Amino acid sequence: MSNNNGNNNGNNGNNEKMVTITIDDKQFMVPEGKRLLWAALENGVYIPHLCALEEEEKPSAGCRLCFVEIEGFLNPVTSCTQPVKEGMIVRTRSKRIDRMVKNGFELLLSNHRLNCGKCAANGSCELQKIARERGLKLRVSRMRKLENDAPIDDSPENFSYDPAKCVLCGRCVWVDHNMAKVGAIGMVRRGMSRRVATFGETALAESNCTQCGECVRACPVGALAVKE
Amino acid sequence: MELMEGELEQIQSVVAEVLKKFDSDSEQLLPILQAVQGRLGYLPREAMKMVAAAVEIPEVDVYSVGTFYNQFRLNPPGKNQIKVCMGTACHMTGGNIIMDSFERRLEIEEGETTKDREFSLERVACVGCCALAPVVLVNDEVEAKVRPTRVDGILLGLGKELNRKKTEVGTEDKAQDPAEPKDIPAQEEGDAR
Ligand code: SF4
Ligand code: SF4
Ligand code: FES
Repeated sequence: MSNNNGNNNGNNGNNEKMVTITIDDKQFMVPEGKRLLWAALENGVYIPHLCALEEEEKPSAGCRLCFVEIEGFLNPVTSCTQPVKEGMIVRTRSKRIDRMVKNGFELLLSNHRLNCGKCAANGSCELQKIARERGLKLRVSRMRKLENDAPIDDSPENFSYDPAKCVLCGRCVWVDHNMAKVGAIGMVRRGMSRRVATFGETALAESNCTQCGECVRACPVGALAVKE
Repeated sequence: MELMEGELEQIQSVVAEVLKKFDSDSEQLLPILQAVQGRLGYLPREAMKMVAAAVEIPEVDVYSVGTFYNQFRLNPPGKNQIKVCMGTACHMTGGNIIMDSFERRLEIEEGETTKDREFSLERVACVGCCALAPVVLVNDEVEAKVRPTRVDGILLGLGKELNRKKTEVGTEDKAQDPAEPKDIPAQEEGDAR
């Protein structure tokens, strides 16, 4: 299903039309129809993002961090859902975008078990990257911190799941369903108790999870993490 | 929740009947789950598994839907159903404290059913008599202005045996008259646990 979309990585085959777009005053040649987020990232322009996977046909657009301004659009749009078009003019930063990202980011941290020093993702974590790129603090200052004491599931042989570090991006669920094709995990409950879980919320080792590790590789933070 | 004898067979035959009435299509998932709950009163795990197999989606996806919507319950309704209102007025007047008291007394959490299936506990959002807040529906009868101290009275009235702390058993009058539950020190008891 993803073959057409997923393989456009730069090498412009014959059947691929290239278009010129402008991001932050620089021009780039990118394959027509490619989603803006990936076109920008490939050309070295960083846009914060947590939930998108390039192979996904229909992005869930759930993290609300990848906003950009596009000329001709009244409001900021999520770059992970926006296909590029000839002549598109994009800004990755503006007052309102910075504000939206800052607020969204702090909300994500507000129930996050922040413990970077001891976290398996320390150094490769997307939250850290967003903080670095956008000059944001990995700290909750304007909001009330919600203690999240959900227990860690360390039943699998090689990895563990810490719901208190999960940003509910859904990447693990997508790869479980579409790459590993197992269907062991999903998003359950809702509101503050939403989390990634197995059928009946059993430990992973007691489910039909094959422990292939695809989900661990997909996790942008330290929620699904390889055991030391 | 453990199934009782013969229950599994009953679930299987009901779900099979329901499934016959719908296309085996994942778009039919919600109506199928509604029909199953309509017949069984809740969504047993076994039923969710059968539905998943029938519409050919992972079991966890059925579970995901079943836990998302408020209308679905995953535990059988108890013989006595306790619904604690968490609407705005009840919330403001301490509905959550009432919920806590029931949870502690029944030793279950919101949304669950006691092992003996005598009691189930759930939250509802506004039953339409905010002036009486906080409100609890006990088998669909309104209990008005409920205080934590009233919780034991309600449960005793429904025939629940409240276990006292073992050390106190001798001194305290264990067999309270259910009709006279007013002076039971429910609050202290609860806190002492
Ligand atoms: S997931 Fe990222 S932000 Fe959270 S503790 Fe780990 S390294 Fe820090
Ligand atoms: S475990 Fe990781 S990949 Fe899965 S939803 Fe949470 S943050 Fe995303
Ligand atoms: S990456 Fe676009 S909304 Fe998450």
